[in-house]
This record gives sequence, structure tokens and C-alpha cells, in this order.
Amino acid sequence: MTVRNMIEALNDAHRVMMERDDGIVVLGEDIGYFGGVFRVTAGLQKQFGTSRVFDAPIAELGIVATAIGMAAYGLRPVAEIQFADYIYPGFDQIISEAGRMRYRTAGEWPLPMVIRTPYGGGIFGGQTHSQSPEAFFAHMPGIKTVIPSNPYDAKGLLIAAIEDNDPVLFFEPKRIYNGPFEGYHDRPVTPWARHPAAEVPDGHYSVPIGKAAVAREGEAVTILAYGTMVHVALATAEAEGIDAEVLDLRTIVPVDIEAIEASVRKTGRCVIIHEATRTAGFGAELAALVQERCFYHLEAPVIRVTGYDVPYPHSMEWTYFPGPARLGPALRKALED
Amino acid sequence: MNKETERPNRPALSLHVPEPDARPGDEVDFSHIVIPAAGSVSRPDIAAPASDTHDLVYSLLRVLDDEGAAVGPWDPRLDPETLRRMLRDMMLVRTYDDRMYRAQRQGKTSFYMKCTGEEAIAVAAAHAMDRDDIFFPTYRQQGLLVARDYPLVKMMCQVYSNTGDPLKGRQLPIMYSDRRHGFFSISGNLATQVPQAVGWAMASAIKGDSRIAAAWIGDGATAEGDFHSAVTFAGVYRAPVILNVVNNQWAISTFSGIAGAELTTFAARAVGYGIAGLRVDGNDALAVYAATAWAADRARSNLGPTLIEHFTYRVEGHSTSDDPTAYRPQGAGAKWPLGDPIARLRKHLLLIGEWDEERDAALQEQLSVEVRAAQREAETQGTLGNGHYEDVGSMFEDVFEELPWHLREQRDEALGK
Repeated sequence: MTVRNMIEALNDAHRVMMERDDGIVVLGEDIGYFGGVFRVTAGLQKQFGTSRVFDAPIAELGIVATAIGMAAYGLRPVAEIQFADYIYPGFDQIISEAGRMRYRTAGEWPLPMVIRTPYGGGIFGGQTHSQSPEAFFAHMPGIKTVIPSNPYDAKGLLIAAIEDNDPVLFFEPKRIYNGPFEGYHDRPVTPWARHPAAEVPDGHYSVPIGKAAVAREGEAVTILAYGTMVHVALATAEAEGIDAEVLDLRTIVPVDIEAIEASVRKTGRCVIIHEATRTAGFGAELAALVQERCFYHLEAPVIRVTGYDVPYPHSMEWTYFPGPARLGPALRKALED
Repeated sequence: MNKETERPNRPALSLHVPEPDARPGDEVDFSHIVIPAAGSVSRPDIAAPASDTHDLVYSLLRVLDDEGAAVGPWDPRLDPETLRRMLRDMMLVRTYDDRMYRAQRQGKTSFYMKCTGEEAIAVAAAHAMDRDDIFFPTYRQQGLLVARDYPLVKMMCQVYSNTGDPLKGRQLPIMYSDRRHGFFSISGNLATQVPQAVGWAMASAIKGDSRIAAAWIGDGATAEGDFHSAVTFAGVYRAPVILNVVNNQWAISTFSGIAGAELTTFAARAVGYGIAGLRVDGNDALAVYAATAWAADRARSNLGPTLIEHFTYRVEGHSTSDDPTAYRPQGAGAKWPLGDPIARLRKHLLLIGEWDEERDAALQEQLSVEVRAAQREAETQGTLGNGHYEDVGSMFEDVFEELPWHLREQRDEALGK
């Protein structure tokens, strides 16, 4: 057991898996010699060599497509897209090729590959370093989408993603790479070291894909969250003195519908929070699922707290970022009646 | 244009839009095509630096001359058995194409694409490569499957989307896939297969394997970003891959000038990317074989990729949904100065005394019988609209390795549970 921040946890996941399976290769921009702009792949090239850990040209299309070819050969590529904001050049290959290959080959060509990418805001990254594009991938068949919220889950889920025989999109909330963030931007930054979820087992373990975690048990209202928003939800519930049940979804597709149903049936109220833009964001899918399946248990409408439908601004980071100042009133509204 | 934007004394700009030489109603004129003499292009050593090929990309590698003799340093000196096998494969592809095209017109399926005039490009390449090399084709290299003895019945079942379709009715007709025959799944999105082939080749190199990959792409599709990524990665990592650009002059109704053919050859992209390049008469089976063998040897020697442009003509329409008389003169294909690949290989075999008209007629008859028999057998398993693949439950399988809850529910709903 070692105390690790999320970056170290992700790095360790790579290391543990690459020691077990020499079919795992890592590629991406700046990930080789340099170890990645966020240092997630630090030391891997030195340990495993340039045939298994190498820098790629600035070509997200090529990174994804060659990873597909490698997976078709029989390797398990773990490709990094430097920022989720840059995933779009690879979008056609992800959606039209990776997501469909098992299906259109009647199972002859599964693609066990991981595309991992830092996503989300809270870092003054503006519109090209802060996006949350998970909804695009949730919408298309054949792709699993996973989003951890702490170092323990990050390592376990990345290991699970690497072991999964389907293409997995692994979104890493960059704001909480180094420490949890609850949305109070004027308070000092705390590192992961003092957080219980920073206790990361050494060696191999995995966290199941498709299973949510109850980050906080409660009776009054269910908050559905993932990534950085899990911490915002926990802090807001505490600050408001609300007995919220916070569900850390951890997997977007396939989402843990049983956990969602059980929680909302218990509390009768549901607030969804995500950084991504509002319209047709994943919160819309969650809201549809909740009202379809828990309508007669609901005491109030389902509320979404989300990013606005605008390009992610730079200087107005804290206006855009859904933090306690917006979640608090939403929780109180959900508790009316 | 107001006072602020007026620029007196400056000539007005205008947009150049490339136009083909001939439109419907015009006389087709291929006389501008430069055709070097067969055997005139030199053959660098496979280990030569890429730059040694960089004037070859503006020429045309030909082995068969106009009389049908094999000449020059690129003559692969194939044994007659291999030549006859290639002839048979090409004839079978054409017979199969004709039959399936007719089947579509008869309403037995929704769609078909012929490769008329381009048979040598796939067949000769398949014979020049090893059986366990992998192909990343487009929809016009069905000859690869025929050359590798993939059962015709299975191909037809896929075209019909019937109960015998190995792909369970999931794909458009002719989008074949077969792992055991090293034929990668055809995508409807153009060019996607090229960087995938490069990735497969990179994996082979990473693993110290000896198998190589080959990809095909049309002239029009080379404009896609996937092509650029592919050639970049192939060159950077020295991937053991053959990148075949099939320049059949047309992309549906769009002539190759719209993809840049007015400016330079497609093979010349090799110069810009710093890799080896060859430009080949795609209707000359021996030239295609020789160029492919050169590139394969080079790749297997860890010397990296080769870009091969196969210069040819798309004799028929793009597909059963296309009537080329709408945008080019009728009968243009018959006037193609580099002839027909089947006729030319046949002529060569006749010339060297390893074939005769009787055997040719007998072979054609045998192939017709074979194709018709396969068709009858395939049709016992249904055709589109009449016994096609219809297993509702299976529609939800293979999206993921295991069925997730949401697909289970959707499946149950579709099944009326």
C-alpha cells in the first residue's frame, strides 16, 4: 500500500500491467522520453524500452488509427490523447472503426484498446484544455467510457480498462490529478496525501467497469456525479448540511443503473452534476433514465447542474465551473416540498 | 464591393476548378497519357535508399509490352503455373462480379461493386505476398479473397445478407471480412484502413514478427486525412507496410484531378514523405506482381514502407447505384491505352506457348459453372428480402464482448418480451 496521487496511481497501473503483459504498448504525444505533459507515463520508456513506449506525431487520427491496427494485430495499446479537447481528429476512427469493429466482423476482430485523456476544467485552461466530451462517446455503440474520481479508483479502473477486451475511453479529471478539488477556488489546494482514497495498493487489483460507488450514504437526495464533481458534491452536501447520497458513477457506459435506481427510490430526489455542456450532456441521459424508472418514487423534478452551453471561457472559469455555489441552491430546490 | 474593399489596378482573383478532358458527348482522348516503353524503368535494389525511387514515381513500371512479351529488369520471371493461376483468379473475379451485379439488378440484394479492369491489382498482389501477410483493402479488392481461395459461397452469402452470411447481415454487401484469410474488415468510411494497416505493421515490428501488411486506397480517397496520417506514421516508424494507391481515375463522378492528379502523380507523394515509391501499370499483372514483391522484400528486410501507385481505369460505374454515362463519355474504358489486365496476361501466356484458346474457353466455362453453382448454393440460404438474415437477438450481440444491461433490455423489447 502506498500513498499516491492520481498521476502516480495511473503511472503505477501502467507499470503493473506492462510488467504482466508484454503485449501492452503505450503511445501518444510527449509520452515517451518526457513521460507525458502530466507525467502520467513518466519512467515507462526507460523501463520498457522504445518499442513499447514511444512518442507519436501530433496526429490524433493517426494515434487512434494505429492503435486500432495494433489491437487488431493482438497487442493491447494504451494510447494517450494529450487533452480530451483534441480528441476530435480521432473521432471518426473511434466511432466508426473502434466502436464497430467487433460487431461488423461478427466478433472476429475485437479491439482491446484504451484511449486515455485528461479532461475537464477548473484549471483556467480555456476552451481548448477544459472540455468534457464524454457524452459524444456515450451516444455511440461499442465504446465503454470510464471516469475515476480518486487515485484508488484511477489505478483500479485503468487496470480494468486495459484488461477489458472492448475499446475503453478513459477520461482523467485533470483538476484532481494532484489533489481533490471541491470547487472552493479561493481556498488552499490540498494534495491527495491526506485523503483516504490516496491509499493505493501496490501490485495488481482492479475496480469493476460498470459499477458505481456510493461516495456518501444519505437519505435526503441522490446526487449523481463523476470525476471532479464527486468532490464538489460531497463538499456541498456538507456545507449545506444536507444528508445527500452521493453516487460516484465511475463508468458512464455501461452505467450502473441498479445503483442509480436503488438510490433514487430511497431518497425520492435526484440532482445530477457534470462539467460538460448542458444540452444533450450525459446528465440528460441520466435524467431520462431516472424519470423512466423512478417516476413514482420522485418527490421533485430531476435537476441538472452543468456547464453552460458556451465554449469554455478562460477568465470566467469560476463562473462556468459548476461548484458549490450552484450545486447548493439546486440541492435546496430539490428538497422543496 | 464598397470603397473600403475596392482595390483598383489589381487583377481579380479567380478559382481554378479542375475539369476532366472529356464529358458525356465528347470524344474520349487518352493521348496525353505518357506511356514509357515496357522494361524501360530501372529496378533499384530493395535496400536502396528511398530517394533512389524518387524518379520512378513519375514514370510507369511496365513488364508486358504491347506484344505480350515480358521485358526488362522488373520481369518477375514467374513460372507458367503461377501465371495460369493468376489468369484463372482474375477471370473468376470478373465472372463473379458479372453474376453478382446481375443479382443486384434482379433484386436479390441492395448493392454491388465491380472491379472491372482492376483485377490484376488485387490478384497479382496477393500472389506476390505471403499467405500470412495481412490485407487492409477497400471495397474494390475482392480479388484478394479469390486469390486466397476464400469460398465464393460465403462471399455471395455476405452480398445477400442471408442466413449463411458470416457477418450476420450486419454489413452492406461486399463489405467482406475474414480473419483467417487475412482480409481485414472493409469499412464504408474511406481511407480509415490505411493508418490501421500501418498500426498492424508497427505491431508486427514491435513483436519481432516477420509478417507485413498491405493497404489499398483509391485516388480520390488519398485526399482524406487518414491517408496523410498513415504515410507519416509509416515513414516515421519505418513500418513494414505496402501502401497501394489505386488510381482508377474516378471517385464516383469526380475525376482524379480533384484529388491532385493535375499537379503530380499519386506515387510522388512518396517523395514528400521521404519513403520509397513506385508507379505501376495496374493492368499489367506481372508489373503489379514485381512491384509488390519488391516492396514486400523491402518491408520484410526492415527497410520500411513503399507507396505504390497502380495506374488503371475504372471501367464500370462506381457501383450498382452509379451510371457513369452521366459524367464521362460512354465506352471510355474500352479505349484505355493500357488495355485489359485479363486479356494482356492471356496474350502473354499464349505468346510463351503456355496457354491456348481451347483451354481458355474451357476455363471460362468451368468458372461460369462454378460461379453459378455457388450462387445456387448461396441462394438456398436466402437473398435480401427473401430469407435474409433476421435474428433479432443477434442484432444486440458483439457490440461489446458481453451484453450490458441496456442492450439486454433493448433486445427484450425488440423481441416483444
